[in-house]
Amino acid sequence: MIKQLSIFLENKKGRFTEVAKLLGEAGINMSAFTVAENSDFGILRLIVSDTDKAIKVLRDKLYAVSVANVVCLHCPNQPGALAKAMDIITAEGIFIEYMYAFSQGEAANVIIRPDNVEKCAEVLKANKLELLAASDLYKL
Amino acid sequence: MSREEMRKLQSIRLKRVVEHAYHNTPFYRKKMQEIGLTPGDINSIEDIKKLPFTVKQDLRDNYPFGLMAVPMSEIVRLHASSGTTGQPIVVGYTRKDLSTWSEVVARCLTAYGLSRNDSVQVSYGYGLFTGGLGLHYGVETIGGTVIPISSGNTQKQIQLMHDFGAKALACTPSYALFLAEAIKDSGIKREEFQLKTGIFGAEPWTENMRKDIEEKLGIKAYDIYGLTEIIGPGVGCECECQNGTHLWEDHFFPEIIDPNTLEPVEPGQPGELVFTTLTKEGMPMLRYRTRDLTSLNYEVCDCGRTAVRMSRILGRSDDMLIIRGVNVFPSQIESVILELEEFEPHYLLIVDRVNNTDTLQVQVEVRQEFYTDEMNKLIALKKKITHRLQSVLGIAPDVKIVEPRSIERSQGKAKHVIDNRKLL
Repeated sequence: MIKQLSIFLENKKGRFTEVAKLLGEAGINMSAFTVAENSDFGILRLIVSDTDKAIKVLRDKLYAVSVANVVCLHCPNQPGALAKAMDIITAEGIFIEYMYAFSQGEAANVIIRPDNVEKCAEVLKANKLELLAASDLYKL
Repeated sequence: MSREEMRKLQSIRLKRVVEHAYHNTPFYRKKMQEIGLTPGDINSIEDIKKLPFTVKQDLRDNYPFGLMAVPMSEIVRLHASSGTTGQPIVVGYTRKDLSTWSEVVARCLTAYGLSRNDSVQVSYGYGLFTGGLGLHYGVETIGGTVIPISSGNTQKQIQLMHDFGAKALACTPSYALFLAEAIKDSGIKREEFQLKTGIFGAEPWTENMRKDIEEKLGIKAYDIYGLTEIIGPGVGCECECQNGTHLWEDHFFPEIIDPNTLEPVEPGQPGELVFTTLTKEGMPMLRYRTRDLTSLNYEVCDCGRTAVRMSRILGRSDDMLIIRGVNVFPSQIESVILELEEFEPHYLLIVDRVNNTDTLQVQVEVRQEFYTDEMNKLIALKKKITHRLQSVLGIAPDVKIVEPRSIERSQGKAKHVIDNRKLL
């Protein structure tokens, strides 16, 4: 299962820079991230090369870190590819809290945070859709 | 009245009120007996130092009618202050108390230069709050015309002030500033109003606010001082000299004590203001600690009045905040935070005044295990604590969730409040 870190950040100057620096100095690479924000605070969600080490480094510096399981859909970087996957997920009554994506040439990676992560992975696999393994994503 | 004559009158009245309280209020009798004091020991105003103090908690402990010194059949009016830590405080007035109250408010209005030819728009709230009805009866006593509009509905306030030609406005100083802006926006020219006098109280204000109000509304702005426990507005007021608030010391005897030693301070020195009601029947107060910090000036004022003057309120000897006219204690906020398991037991209050309205920001930290990747859940947490705080405080705070450990943990007494209003 892919582990995603979520870090609570106040809307203050330089907060993200600090996190990036901290991880960089510890030799931890970021594979993907997204920020959700409102007027007071933001939640930085990220996937890194070494989850456990990142948690330790961040918590030592008193950051509020939580961990969530996500799935990463690996699909062709083509029109309609995502819609097909979404159809399948919706048809099974799975609710998506949020998702974010990045493409690499021919392929696209979509990180999905469903309400039921096991069921979501199962359903996608059963429909012959490709999922990226945690070990592969952490290396990106 | 000379100082000597005043002391004589105060001595006679103190003796009378102590006897009345001792014989008719078990609370006072018990407190005096505990220190071996009888009414016979009180022979002059100097003896007031022998009496025990009364504090706000005593009013709560004796809720609702435990401090009344007359049968309820003699009580013709009740007022109550906004409930702070759960229980509100209640005060009762006899018919004579109401006439005393009207009389002292009438003195204030006269000191502002108002008369029977003037109409006063009373924009304090009417109801359990003493502001509205207190001013109301004072205006009637001087034979002026009351416009009993109460608080709120700014557009109507402006329209009636204009149409009725109100000469004076009674409200909180911050509402006066708000109204001034609204008048500007209304497009009605200032010259079309007849307003000349402002009667402002119920919250702390500064010399700068006075200048601002006077300039924007084209009026003279005067302080009116009072507190529910003593009688309501009209315990004292400023005169045309605007150089200190005269206290009507023939009815409300003021003392200044050191809040730590509880001993009287040297004359003229700052300390906590303490009142004894010299003429109240319904609910007399003996040495009531107001928690307001100020000093007293016994020099005769340029206006000719001999009544003692107090300086602007310098602060509080407890940590009470007045926000939008509502009394707020940090301990109330603390109790809410302690009962919600999702939050760390640390908080910081930031009080400010933005566009003439007080703001209260409550900074809290969420406990590590309740942080989540889901924005909705954090927003729901924020709503939960906001609602809880609102129901306890009576005003809506702006809750801000901050990063773990970002609220300072101090060794000794934690600093819980930053007040940026610069009122003192």
